[in-house]
Amino acid sequence: MKSSFYNTPGKHSGLLAWVLSTDHKRIGLLYLSCMTVFFLTGMTLGLLMRLELIAPGRTLMAASTYNALFTLHGVIMIFLFIIPGIPAALGNFMLPLQIGAQDVSFPRLNLLSWWFYITGAAVAITSLFTGGGAPDTGWTFYVPYSIRTGTNVSLAVFGVFLMGISSTLTGLNFVTTIHRLRAPGMSWFRMPLFVWSIYATGWVQLLATPVIAITLLMLMAERFFGVGFFDPAKGGDPILFEHLFWIYSHPAVYIMILPAMGAVSEIIPVFARRTIFGYKAIAFSSLGIALFGYLVWGHHMFTSGMSDEARMIFSLLTFLVAVPSGIKVFNWVASMYKGSIRLDTPFLYVMAFIFLFSIGGLTGLVQGALATNVHVHGTYFIVAHFHYVMFGGTAFAFFASLHYWFPKMSGRMYHEGRARVAALVLFVGFNTLYFPMFILGWQGMPRRYYDYLPQYQTGHVIATIGSWVLATGILLMVYNLLRSLKDGEKAGDNPWGGTTLEWKTTSPPPAENFEKIPEVTTGPYNYK
Amino acid sequence: MHGWTNLSSSVDSVFLFIMGISLVLLVGVTGAMVYFAVRYRRSKHPHAENIEGNLALEIVWTVIPTLLVLAIFWVGWKGFVYMRTVPQDAMLVKVTARMWSWRFTYENGATSEVLKVPVNQPVKLAITSSDVLHSLSIPAFRVKEDAVPGRENYLWFQPELTGSYDLFCTEYCGMGHSAMVTKVEVMSEQDFNAWYRGATGKASDGRSGPDGVKLFADKGCSACHSIDGSPKVGPTLKGVSGHRVTVLTGGKEREITATDAYLRKSLVDPQADVVKGFPPIMPSQKGVLKDAEIDALVEYMKGLH
Ligand code: HEC
Ligand SMILES: [Cu+2]
Repeated sequence: MKSSFYNTPGKHSGLLAWVLSTDHKRIGLLYLSCMTVFFLTGMTLGLLMRLELIAPGRTLMAASTYNALFTLHGVIMIFLFIIPGIPAALGNFMLPLQIGAQDVSFPRLNLLSWWFYITGAAVAITSLFTGGGAPDTGWTFYVPYSIRTGTNVSLAVFGVFLMGISSTLTGLNFVTTIHRLRAPGMSWFRMPLFVWSIYATGWVQLLATPVIAITLLMLMAERFFGVGFFDPAKGGDPILFEHLFWIYSHPAVYIMILPAMGAVSEIIPVFARRTIFGYKAIAFSSLGIALFGYLVWGHHMFTSGMSDEARMIFSLLTFLVAVPSGIKVFNWVASMYKGSIRLDTPFLYVMAFIFLFSIGGLTGLVQGALATNVHVHGTYFIVAHFHYVMFGGTAFAFFASLHYWFPKMSGRMYHEGRARVAALVLFVGFNTLYFPMFILGWQGMPRRYYDYLPQYQTGHVIATIGSWVLATGILLMVYNLLRSLKDGEKAGDNPWGGTTLEWKTTSPPPAENFEKIPEVTTGPYNYK
Repeated sequence: MHGWTNLSSSVDSVFLFIMGISLVLLVGVTGAMVYFAVRYRRSKHPHAENIEGNLALEIVWTVIPTLLVLAIFWVGWKGFVYMRTVPQDAMLVKVTARMWSWRFTYENGATSEVLKVPVNQPVKLAITSSDVLHSLSIPAFRVKEDAVPGRENYLWFQPELTGSYDLFCTEYCGMGHSAMVTKVEVMSEQDFNAWYRGATGKASDGRSGPDGVKLFADKGCSACHSIDGSPKVGPTLKGVSGHRVTVLTGGKEREITATDAYLRKSLVDPQADVVKGFPPIMPSQKGVLKDAEIDALVEYMKGLH
């Protein structure tokens, strides 16, 4: 414990030892703590929305408040939680450890990224209380409404712009790190699959995020100067904005899910005590997803008025990008075959992930098919689908890896019993909250509706009850982890018997990560 | 299967096809996972076998899913082509979406806030918006298409059962989005014809000039303005005529009296003087309302005390 990075603050002390540190582990934990706060905030907003929707008509708040709430909920969950998500928090901490490096390639740039992130977040939050008040456009900022509304869209958009810079720089940093700083002997195919997924994600961050930056600048130009990019009266076109927005925001979906898939590929071998099934298939499918992910943005626009040919091509490509995700799922399940499985909390979350992500993915087929897309587009079906993918997928994998790496990051073990109860409550709450939304959506209930017709009430009531259960599970999980930070048992260096490099150093690791940089002689999951 | 429209049953069969495939896959994956977790738990199976992979299996679960998704794509595309191929004899109705109401205009000039259509007659909707994005959705009919300013999108359907169906806006459009709801009335041919012949868009019931009360409701003003003193998205119009009002003109504040000219300007150029404390979202009525209709609305507003 003496030599751990917690006891090696560097030049500064106190809070400054964190916010000015270039140690990737400290930066990772900075992200993690900010994200936890934002996640709990986003969750609270979600709970308020669900409460409003427990009955038709006005229950708690005015329509304008509700509209600001779903905008904020989306902006916070997407830009402040799930996009930085696994890569910025856990990736920052684990990536250098997993490849046997002392830090990332550009530690100062890494710190700058965090500063962009937190400044962006501060700007976005300021937008709530200044100017015309909290933005009410939805996180998609579609024009012309986002140009016309009197709310403080410009500032919020600027905040998102800053967070985009953060994400781009992080991607750049990680790609370079993986190319340059692998320990001796770690060839590409000896890298852990988490590293592969961060690698694929890094490229997407680097190449896709600038597009949203341009788009948001164009939006600001529209608001301040009325340039007319998107205004048909001036020869512009609102559909252009939709294209630009999704050219980034669809790949962003893979920024969110790929690292989660990487984490899952890490956890399964450890708890099944065997090597992963189809290492190369999983690694290449990450690259495949990253590559094809660029070409399917149009599937968010199947009713926009885009040409029928474009709709057909985007539909076809969308189906093709589904295949690599399927390959991963099959390989994960096969990796349990003839294993020696322990159902600890990380593994339970992984099983929940596979189930929920499969539902999310399979309902995506309904949306990818043109004939059915038209019916479900813009309804609760979509809301259900992306919560199954983003929450049931990414966030559950995030929880899994949080428990998995908790002993490495803190040096202590969390309370296993409480953690399992929390996982169960979360799982039940999640399905009670989101499953009814598929049905509501198929029945036609539009999304982003403050008020609804009485025939939809049953589904809404069930979902609202589910939201309470879900929140209970989350609070229990957070409580358990925080409390274990204080009074958890000492974990030891390798409590799970993992074979990747982060388990070869102390828990928590020293500032320089390894006393001696390890030499790599085998693949990552060597349980012979 | 008999649907509400020609499209309902074809869309639903695509849905069932996908659901069938999905259920098989979901049950297979989940079942195998749970089975392995139980069968190979550490207490019963202490020594794992290190199986690194199997090329044949990888090929199988790449090729079969690829074929499956291509099949789904094909079925979805076929159904879609049918949805986009409008029959020659379809009746045309123009749809204008605006914050936060719908206007349906028929070929004889008749307009309505409710979509009235005859049963068993193909109907083509030509959809546009006069302000922001909206989207026209009729869940029972399985149709939807966005209303985009500066562009005319279309969809078609053929109702097969008379009755009344919900019509929603499904693209977020601001404060009144969830109130942008109306009905589709599918009528028997006789009923429809009777209504259609009576409603020709000319001044109704032989009275002279358009009716302000009716216009105020029909033109969507009431979505944003009350006449009882309570503020909605826009200021109340109770006692509007002649009152002192603070407006922002080109960003500068000034206080003016609401004259007839001001009221008229509020309609045709609402962004010129924006009432302080309200967002500049009032849709311009220029080219939307005829001069006589604007006169009628101004007269109507003068009577609101
Ligand atoms: C989308 C909502 C919306 C609709 C629909 C709408 N208005 Fe407005 N209206 C506003 C807002 C907001 C304001 C205040 C800001 C401004 O002056 O532009 C306003 C301002 C006005 C004013 C000036 C009021 C004052 O106190 O000085 C008048 C008059 C008016 N509207 C009449 C109408 C009429 C008549 C219609 C129907 C043809 C209509 N509005 C439709 C939102 C709307
Ligand atoms: Cu709308």
